[in-house]
Amino acid sequence: MAVEVRLPTVLRSHAGGASVATVDGATVGEVLAKLVAEHPGMAGQVLTDDGALHKFVNVYVDDDDVRYLQGLNTPVKDGAEVSILPAVAGG
Amino acid sequence: MQMVAHCLAGLPDEACGLLVGSYGADEVAHLFPTSNAAASAMVYEIDPKDMLKVDRAAQELGADIMGVFHSHTHTDAYPSPTDVAQATDPGWHYVLVSLREAHPVVRSYGIVDGRITEEPVEVPSLEVPGLDLGPERDLGRATGL
Repeated sequence: MAVEVRLPTVLRSHAGGASVATVDGATVGEVLAKLVAEHPGMAGQVLTDDGALHKFVNVYVDDDDVRYLQGLNTPVKDGAEVSILPAVAGG
Repeated sequence: MQMVAHCLAGLPDEACGLLVGSYGADEVAHLFPTSNAAASAMVYEIDPKDMLKVDRAAQELGADIMGVFHSHTHTDAYPSPTDVAQATDPGWHYVLVSLREAHPVVRSYGIVDGRITEEPVEVPSLEVPGLDLGPERDLGRATGL
């Protein structure tokens, strides 16, 4: 499935400044792995070395946070919008 | 101003929100106060649902999220070690509002690779009779009050 991935500002420099990338994948995990493979500068910021979702990002498929769905196994339909958003926190 | 009002209204917890405009630019075009999902006086977390809403709103406005503000209820308007550790975007403005004193202090910083650089802040719409406000000044204490 080809999906549009919206990129947070912090990752855009690794995609040539683009705010959206079109990536193929059947699940969120596949889409993200492909995204990082195509844009190696993003390595370590989206997925951890173990392949888990990095704690500094939240990923949505359309309006749903994948952490409340099937995480990286959440399926994505053709034309879905995947948004990678920063997890912003501090003290 | 709206940002300080949101921080005061959030007491006793830290308050937070997002700055929207052109990524990397100096001027904030829009302010989006958000919920502090941590609901704590010591830490803040932009509620992820608010982050999604603001991201969509920014998209509609043809703008980007270019920074974040949050309040310190008892400490100075300076990034804490936690703030620095969690500052993931080198292009953002990190604005701190300190509510420690009677008059709020607003300061802005860039945080790149753990290095903090203060940036001048203009607070154009705040009017307090008797106070002389220039950029980079503390809102300070007015004499006689």
